[in-house]
Amino acid sequence: MELNDVGAMLADTAERLFTTHGDAIEGAGRDGGWADAAWAAIEESGLPLALVPEEHGGFGIPATEALALIRQTGRHALALPLPETIVANAALASAGLPLAEGPVGLAERANARVPWGRFANTVVVATDGGLQRHADLPVAAESTNVAGHPRDQLSIPEGNAGAAAAVPLLELGALARALQMAGALERVLELTVEHVSSRVQFGRPLAKFQAIQQELAKLAGEVAAASAAADHAADAYAVGGDLTFAVAVARTRIGEAASKSTAIAHQLHGAIGFTREHALHRFTTALWAWRDEFGTQRHWTLALGKRALSAGRDCYWPMVVAA
Amino acid sequence: MTALRFPTPPVHEAAETLRAEVRAFLTDVLADRSPLQRADSWNGFDRDFSRKLGQRGWLGMTWPKQYGGHERSAFERYVVVEETLAAGAPVAAHWIADRQSGPSLLKYGTEEQKQTILPGIAAGETVFCIGMSEPDSGSDLAATRTRAVPVDGGWHVTGTKLWTTGAHHADYMILFCRTSGTAADRQAGTSQLLVDLKATDGITIRPIIDLAGQHHFNEVHFEDAFLPSSALIGTEGAGWEQVMSELAFERSGPERFLSSMQLFIELIGALQGSTSEAAELALGRLTAHLVTLRRLSRGVAAMLEAGENPGTHAAIVKDLGATFEQELGDIARNLVDAEPDTASTSDFIAVLAHNTGNSPSFSLRGGTREILRGIIARGLGLR
Repeated sequence: MELNDVGAMLADTAERLFTTHGDAIEGAGRDGGWADAAWAAIEESGLPLALVPEEHGGFGIPATEALALIRQTGRHALALPLPETIVANAALASAGLPLAEGPVGLAERANARVPWGRFANTVVVATDGGLQRHADLPVAAESTNVAGHPRDQLSIPEGNAGAAAAVPLLELGALARALQMAGALERVLELTVEHVSSRVQFGRPLAKFQAIQQELAKLAGEVAAASAAADHAADAYAVGGDLTFAVAVARTRIGEAASKSTAIAHQLHGAIGFTREHALHRFTTALWAWRDEFGTQRHWTLALGKRALSAGRDCYWPMVVAA
Repeated sequence: MTALRFPTPPVHEAAETLRAEVRAFLTDVLADRSPLQRADSWNGFDRDFSRKLGQRGWLGMTWPKQYGGHERSAFERYVVVEETLAAGAPVAAHWIADRQSGPSLLKYGTEEQKQTILPGIAAGETVFCIGMSEPDSGSDLAATRTRAVPVDGGWHVTGTKLWTTGAHHADYMILFCRTSGTAADRQAGTSQLLVDLKATDGITIRPIIDLAGQHHFNEVHFEDAFLPSSALIGTEGAGWEQVMSELAFERSGPERFLSSMQLFIELIGALQGSTSEAAELALGRLTAHLVTLRRLSRGVAAMLEAGENPGTHAAIVKDLGATFEQELGDIARNLVDAEPDTASTSDFIAVLAHNTGNSPSFSLRGGTREILRGIIARGLGLR
């Protein structure tokens, strides 16, 4: 099979699985549960290995296609740690460690709130300059983010420095969140266009009002910017480049886009969008949470600001062009 | 999919080689330009500079060689445009012609027009202005009242164009006007005519001073001005389609977020050595915007290179870019104590004052924010 066929097949499989199991995942997630059958099907499909090189047991598809799968999970606001597992497996492979068994709890530092920690069979923890792989760690404290997704502190054993990692886990997790947000924002725009096109008030669809059109144009601009910033970070990973800088750009710009876009989308959806009966909240609550996971938006913005200041007036533009 | 995806700009090695040449050239020719002069890049009128760009082969870059062009890629042209703007080079003598008048003539002009006009633009010798807005026709371009009445061998033109940037310097104008029918016909019955401003009788050009006290705008009055039949660009009656295409060229470049670059750079200079978190957060945010805008804008260049119509995409870049630029002044004022004054010996303060006086135009020029958002809404299928 041609490589591009494998990538396309994985994307089709992902779409089918996310759609088929969507309600079960959502229902389980809302009750603090775990969609066992859905995860089993995802693991069976090989999706967690998408970013792993062929020699380490992956498919060897281009990294851009593997990262597009993470974006696709965002289009479904997928309430499972598949993005974390995809990037963690790439990190484990590059560090020469065994790939994950089951869902991964990805911890950017030892005391992190680990996404889906209570359900993780493998925990990958960042150390100074490296990473450690653990199996099934006990939960020290359970909590959730504003989307209701688990964020748990785990009892991570004091250990050695760990294996050397090609890419810091923080950047990998942040890249995953950037892509998830870009995907979710695309859906927010689609849902909003659908809503204003079908919802009739004052005798015509909302879409026919100029005030509504102007807001949707702003929304489209934010989503386009978020999408481009995510592409930029994905390229930095796939093609090479200053990944930390590109991720900082992406998380800063996409975080802002998420804030502005969710505000517009909710305004245009009215009371309908402020209920659990409408799908919008799955995307907006996830976006609100993801803005500040694997480095807060403030963390990434500060990092970028320090780079700008240290470049100074003469080297700033060359830095932007090289980014 | 509703979302507007922008194509991935390819890695273009020839363009990056060119970038080093352009930077070296600009460092040399612009050595004596002050930051305040650099901030006026858009309006800096310097025929010498434009001629030098032409001599280097950096104007009309994508056009066929038979018309003085250089048959290079949209990405190479992009590099020249963004580097000249980022450096604050005086672009007013060439950039309207290079960006939209030339491409319009290439697309719609007669063979004679292409042969006589395009080589001069590519050489940096020929200056164009834009004949669109009128006293009663701003955003509503189809309300044009300027009328060209067919006469023996050509037209008699009567009417007034307004807010015409650089008309007092320009050699030519592409005039959008009515050639048949009435105002009720709206877009129908309009055409574009090539006006030789230096050789046509019956044209009066009067300065319009802007709020910053600068003379860039003009009122251009036509009183029975005779234009020969050969002045017609494209098809009589197809003016609307052509002028929309010209506007798409106008909106497609990176100038819509780089015109305040000098303020951004001087702000970074003014903050040198600062450890303020407020400054870091502000610069971090602006940097994320700038890098993203560049990515989007290079995506538009990729669409141009592929022969696609980037109308909606360009409107998004311009809308985001104008908003970005208009925020800069207030962000700067919040970070550095300054009373804006163009006469200040502080480069930052002088540039801030210049930016303050020009910023309302950022979301007006080349299509107002509201018009652009209407275009985006149409792209989303809402109208």
